[in-house]
Amino acid sequence: MTAIEVQSLTKRYGRFPALNNLTFSLGQGQVVGLMGENGCGKTTLLKVLAGVMLQYDGEVSILGHRPGPESKALVSFLPDQSFLADGDRIRRCADMYADFFGDFNREKFDDLLKFFRLEPAMKLSQLSKGMREKAQIALAMSRDARVFLLDEPISGVDPAARDVILRAVVRHLEPDSLVLISTHLISDVEPILDRVLMMRYGQVLLEGGVDDLREQHGKSMDQLFREVYRWSEN
Amino acid sequence: MEFNSSAPIWLQLVDECSRRIVTGQWPAGTRVPGVRDLGVELGVNPNTMQRALAELDRQGITVPDRTVGRFVTDDTARIDELRDAVAAGSADDFIQRARGLGMSLEGARKLLTNRWPDLEGNA
Repeated sequence: MTAIEVQSLTKRYGRFPALNNLTFSLGQGQVVGLMGENGCGKTTLLKVLAGVMLQYDGEVSILGHRPGPESKALVSFLPDQSFLADGDRIRRCADMYADFFGDFNREKFDDLLKFFRLEPAMKLSQLSKGMREKAQIALAMSRDARVFLLDEPISGVDPAARDVILRAVVRHLEPDSLVLISTHLISDVEPILDRVLMMRYGQVLLEGGVDDLREQHGKSMDQLFREVYRWSEN
Repeated sequence: MEFNSSAPIWLQLVDECSRRIVTGQWPAGTRVPGVRDLGVELGVNPNTMQRALAELDRQGITVPDRTVGRFVTDDTARIDELRDAVAAGSADDFIQRARGLGMSLEGARKLLTNRWPDLEGNA
């Protein structure tokens, strides 16, 4: 079944089109990497899909719903900026998540905290950047959601922590859920991906299965990305 | 796990699992870890892991079981065959490099014979 369907999606900031007549669709049961340079529209796209940006042109459907309250109940969104209050403890953040989202799964959350070696009593203001990112990933991935939208979940985190975070993303993955993860750290993320969606200037440059593309081009996604960007310059 | 950049990831996973079987890390007749656990251990997604394991099933190196996942084959002849195939791959790499250095078969043989005892116990 199609999880995300986007048709002729355009979003302008003033005159500048952040998304320019964008069309694609993604099926359930896969992890998809959303790649592109800064300013190519990744964050804007995720915000539209998450239902936090409602002004746009074109058609967007998440599991058959327009972005809004019904889709939000099925979508777990991890924004690129911290959304937690510094003074809170991890335990309190989890309680808040449980209040907001009926599908918050305590068992998954406790397991992920252990996996990350975090304690519920830890205060966010005492966490390093990597630990904080882990806490946020634990919250986002502990919902029994159908679609997960993760905006740059590993940027600004050291390589060892990146690795642990990416393992956590696939740890409780249900066979029919869709994970869309935006990143410019392509080589780190590539092993957990089924597909890539490469964007530029608010449009899709290239889309395909990671192992299909590797087989066709004999290149990693990082190398392919650089090549595709070079020819799209001309 | 580190992946090289040119080959599909699922094929590299088939190689890694084969290596574990021929080295006895996964002994003949024992249960293979589940798709999810392996995926998390190797840092890949479950679909890619599943594809690699299905290939091992297809090659008769592992045997799927309806209730508990899959087992390494208890056919040790099949595992010996796999060991030969894995070793042949490394040998091919060596031959290409030796040839690239202008070495003859006789020279390469001598080299192997001389070096072999030095690396004993180093495997």
